[in-house]
Amino acid sequence: MIDTVVQGVLLGALYALFAMGQALVFGVMRLTNVAHGDFIVLAGFGAVALAAAFGFGPGAALACLVPLALAAGYGLQRALLNRTLGRDPLPSLVVTFGLSIVIQNALQEVFSADPRSLASGALATESVQILEGVSAGVLPLVILAAALAAAGSLQWLFGRTALGRAFRAASDDVETAALMGLDPRAVYAAATALAFALIALAGVFQAMRTTIAPADGPGLLLYSFEAVVIGGLGSFWGSFAGGLVLGVTQAIGFRLDPGWGLWLGHVVFLAVLVVRPQGFFPRTR
Amino acid sequence: MSLLKTERLEAYYGDFQALFGVDFEVGEGETVALIGANGAGKSTLLRTVCGLLGSMRGSVSFMGETVAGLRPEAIARRGIAMVPEGRRLFPSLSVEENLRMGAHSRRAGPWTLDKVYALFPMLAERRAAPATSLSGGQQQIVAIGRALLANPRLLLCDEMSLGLAPIVVKSIYDALPAITAGGLALVLVEQDVSLARSVSSRLYCLREGKVTLSGTSASFPREEISKAYFG
Repeated sequence: MIDTVVQGVLLGALYALFAMGQALVFGVMRLTNVAHGDFIVLAGFGAVALAAAFGFGPGAALACLVPLALAAGYGLQRALLNRTLGRDPLPSLVVTFGLSIVIQNALQEVFSADPRSLASGALATESVQILEGVSAGVLPLVILAAALAAAGSLQWLFGRTALGRAFRAASDDVETAALMGLDPRAVYAAATALAFALIALAGVFQAMRTTIAPADGPGLLLYSFEAVVIGGLGSFWGSFAGGLVLGVTQAIGFRLDPGWGLWLGHVVFLAVLVVRPQGFFPRTR
Repeated sequence: MSLLKTERLEAYYGDFQALFGVDFEVGEGETVALIGANGAGKSTLLRTVCGLLGSMRGSVSFMGETVAGLRPEAIARRGIAMVPEGRRLFPSLSVEENLRMGAHSRRAGPWTLDKVYALFPMLAERRAAPATSLSGGQQQIVAIGRALLANPRLLLCDEMSLGLAPIVVKSIYDALPAITAGGLALVLVEQDVSLARSVSSRLYCLREGKVTLSGTSASFPREEISKAYFG
């Protein structure tokens, strides 16, 4: 049982990384990025391609992909997504849904439909014993550490820095924020840039931990949605906790019956939606 | 030369026209009152000047340059600040964070966080409190402090006394001389006509989106204002 929970937490840490990027964008500009999962897959394939072309390991791939993702997120928001924002959420949903389709088909065209994985050498196979009879893989532990660091840094950024203050002000009341001289388009672009850095991190980890295929995006989007909803939008620790809850639930489900894992995750998500729709860490006003 | 000048200003909410050819002028360092009944277009005029209303016609110039059609953040950076109706504090920010948002565009000028705290010591005591946990009058003062920290040349105050007790209103208006001492021009939208007249040098009365009266505040007999106000 303890082993199941530990494995669930380690799986949930990856979901938490998925969720934080989603929560960041939704929290700042109320934009639901339907292509979130596809961008994660795209980043994973980016690492696969870098490995194939230049023999880059995961670390070198991340060093390339994170700055690229920052720039891509900033550019995408400035050039495209800012134009879709407004009182009506439909344009942004339609546009990101379109992006999702474009990314899936482009990946299939370039990489075929086969699942790929990113070789990570000893990191993938080594494990440490953390309790009597319970051991954890080194890679999942690294992912957990990264998720903890991401939640902590985002929380610090939002709570303690001028950029975080601008994010919260734009989220509260973008019109009044503009009256203070704040350019919403630039603030939104900064938020999406950060979210894309998280996407790059999550995509590389996903490709290392398991396999990725061009059509995986919507599934990952679903996990990230579920984690965000379970956690609530009050803090990044909420998204972190939401990811862990989802991971542990899935792990318990898989333990009961190999067919139950994802299903039980969805059931718990729906139960939270019914019993506590604001999530466990709701936004406080 | 006037600091702010609108000519033949028209503003629209969709198909609904809210302003009809408004000529409005504020001189350097001048305090101008804007009076009128609910729905007369006072807030619309301020919002149009700030660039919040995209749908407009006519000209708006500030410090001799046209600002009509600029985005709100660009107009704010040129030195127009607003104390919006209903205060519009950022609820997830503390008092001090709200004030710091006012200084976002980093315009140079006399107002600093310390100066604002010196003028309103209550704010310093509550600096770490969530802005919306303060009383209505205190929140109004946060909104004023936030606008001052932008170091504007022109400050637009929309219905500062709305929903506040008379004694609180008085304490806010008592601070105005300290605020305008540095040459800051002020536009006050005010429901209380006698209060508006007493603090302003000139006034404008709006009715149904048109200017029905304008001139030196002290010069009008009460009946004339009443006629301009109610028609």
